[in-house]
Amino acid sequence: MSDHENVLDHKVHRDDVGAKMGMWLFLFTEVLLFGGMFLIYAVYRYQYPEQFHIAAMELNTNIGTLNTIILLTSSLTVALSIAALQKGNKLLSMIMLGTTIVLAVLFLVNKFFEWSTKFAHGIYPGSSILTSKPNGQILFFGLYYVMTGLHAIHVIIGMVILAFMLNFIKRNKVTTDNYVKLENSGLYWHLVDLIWIFLFPLFYLIQ
Amino acid sequence: MDNSSGVLPVEQVKKSFYQESTNKYTGIGAWLLTKDHKRIGLMYMYAIISFFVVGAIIGLLMRLELLSPGGKLFSAQTYNSLFTLHGVIMIFLFIIPGIPAIFGNFFLPIQIGARDVAFPRLNLLSWYVYITGAILALTSLFLPGGPIDTGWTFYIPYSVRSGTNVSLALFAAFVLGFSSILTGINFVTTVHRLRGKGMTFFKMPLFVWATYATAWIQIIATPVIAITILLVIIERAFGVGIFDPALGGDPILFQHLFWIYSHPAVYIMILPAMGVVSEIIPTFSRRTIFGYKQIAYSSLAIAFIGYLVWGHHMFSSGQSDLSNMIFSLLTFLVALPSGVKIFNWVATMYKGSIDPQPPFLWVMSFIVLFSIGGLTGLVLGSLATDIHLTDTYFVVAHFHYVMFGGTGTIFIAAMHYWFPKMFGKMYNIKCANVAVVLYFIGFNMLYFPKFIMGYMGMPRRYYNYLPMYTPYQRISTYGSWILVGTIFFIIGYFVYAYYRGKKATSNPWGGVTLEWHIQSPPIMENFETLPVITHDPYDFSQLKEMKNE
Repeated sequence: MSDHENVLDHKVHRDDVGAKMGMWLFLFTEVLLFGGMFLIYAVYRYQYPEQFHIAAMELNTNIGTLNTIILLTSSLTVALSIAALQKGNKLLSMIMLGTTIVLAVLFLVNKFFEWSTKFAHGIYPGSSILTSKPNGQILFFGLYYVMTGLHAIHVIIGMVILAFMLNFIKRNKVTTDNYVKLENSGLYWHLVDLIWIFLFPLFYLIQ
Repeated sequence: MDNSSGVLPVEQVKKSFYQESTNKYTGIGAWLLTKDHKRIGLMYMYAIISFFVVGAIIGLLMRLELLSPGGKLFSAQTYNSLFTLHGVIMIFLFIIPGIPAIFGNFFLPIQIGARDVAFPRLNLLSWYVYITGAILALTSLFLPGGPIDTGWTFYIPYSVRSGTNVSLALFAAFVLGFSSILTGINFVTTVHRLRGKGMTFFKMPLFVWATYATAWIQIIATPVIAITILLVIIERAFGVGIFDPALGGDPILFQHLFWIYSHPAVYIMILPAMGVVSEIIPTFSRRTIFGYKQIAYSSLAIAFIGYLVWGHHMFSSGQSDLSNMIFSLLTFLVALPSGVKIFNWVATMYKGSIDPQPPFLWVMSFIVLFSIGGLTGLVLGSLATDIHLTDTYFVVAHFHYVMFGGTGTIFIAAMHYWFPKMFGKMYNIKCANVAVVLYFIGFNMLYFPKFIMGYMGMPRRYYNYLPMYTPYQRISTYGSWILVGTIFFIIGYFVYAYYRGKKATSNPWGGVTLEWHIQSPPIMENFETLPVITHDPYDFSQLKEMKNE
């Protein structure tokens, strides 16, 4: 019997192709979730081009760039972790996964400082300084907080998932010939990275 | 076993799935922690039918309020909450999950020759997510602030300003959407990965095709409503400017995003029902379906075009004339694949050997009701007439003919069709025949006068009305009594059949899709040995072989 027939007959309760297919479909829904917000961004940017331009100047491009580098590197380390496990190097795989989580923490720390500086300047939803600004700028910062905030929540969820994977590798639940969970977690992490790749230019670079 | 009735005895070759637990628990634990798609389907059924009854009772109360002009029973505010709750419960808790979550879960794996869905654990999680969403929705009724009063469409800016528990109810809808997405992912993967040997895509029963198309819409459309809802919650909680015009936002943008989901959602509601019709008609006509491929493709066409017509909900909201014309044109295009289906169904019956059993009669009443609903949809899809009829009872009547007369009727038809397979018992056929007639009369009495009132100008969502509408409102309310009474009657004879009904044979209707090849109720993991599929799905020459088996 072929592998697939065994899957059909429930002789093995494991279907790596199916698991990955499910994950891709889920990632597709995530893209659409953020897609809704990108659509709103596009509409309002078209409506208030000058004010989006002025508001974007308030953002710190250096921190944004640093965070981009951090996230891209973390995507590399998670990919290396999978490659290491495929080659049977459990320790290296765990080190790479640990590095990914550390990088994710660094990203969030940066984000925290970035947001708190904005708060210190009185730019936060409902503040008197922000509400006295023109509508386009209110919308820009509204979208900025919501989109980067929702992205940050995804970073946190990704960290939790990767921490579980670290534990699974340690307890040999995810191994060199059964690593589809790790691969799927890696896919999720790449998605988090990918969304940031779009957020970064839209908020920090286009001015 | 009592065999005097002429109902054939069933040889219980093996224990049914009711008698075998998938896990180490027995009793309630065997249900609540099960990974068996059939048990999960049944758990959905009990939950969904309960919410349907709640929604129906709220509808009954609204009709009671409108028995005579003056609005003596409820205050305007209470009435606002009632129609919102009726909408939210019926749409998010009953009609969207209804057929896919119950019958899709139960029969999709069986019909493609699989032992279970692709992700059984995720399937159970979807049920829990659904129940969580339902509990949140019901909690929002009783917390201080009061039940939500925005209408089920949650239009901005009122949904940001209303003091009622909008955030919680919206969050409930978000959670329910999550459940819907997970089920969709599960079904798409199942169809791709677990089709049995020889089960090519064009050998799949049409119910599977329809559920498959639905699962895709669930995956593609639901995230958009999820983010829209989330943004309204964030806007309410933190005062972030997104949609609120006071902060520069655009309320029309909210309507666009809302309908980008909610229009495809009506196809999430109707497509599985169309799939059930394509099962029932061949079985009771003893004839292969006419135009199998066209019906399969028309499901995909509806799924695709349905994604592009959302703007027809906004003809009077101030979008440009050009958009209005394009959306109107696209709306007419959806009528084509729907028409293809209706004609193919009717053509299937032509020269068939029709056996008018209850499921078939329910489908007949569906074809009449759904056609009325569909044709009045064309009236609303034309720009000129829509301006006159928008936001009147005409829209309410159209929507109920399509959704209740369409999906609701087929939900009941599917119950009648598959009940013997799911429970291994047969209900009283005479009762079922009486119920179809009562249902059809009650339904038309309840909703047809609304077309007339809508044409005369009666706006929807009003707790009171001018005396000129009194006779129509009266007929409508009397109809609601007949309809709800019939629904309780149906539930009654099903419950009776469950406990006291005669044993059903494994193939009481003479169907040939895979679920009729196995015993009733099915065994754990459905098949003793996995079937190898050689026949087309509706090839009735199999019936002879099946009898010899």
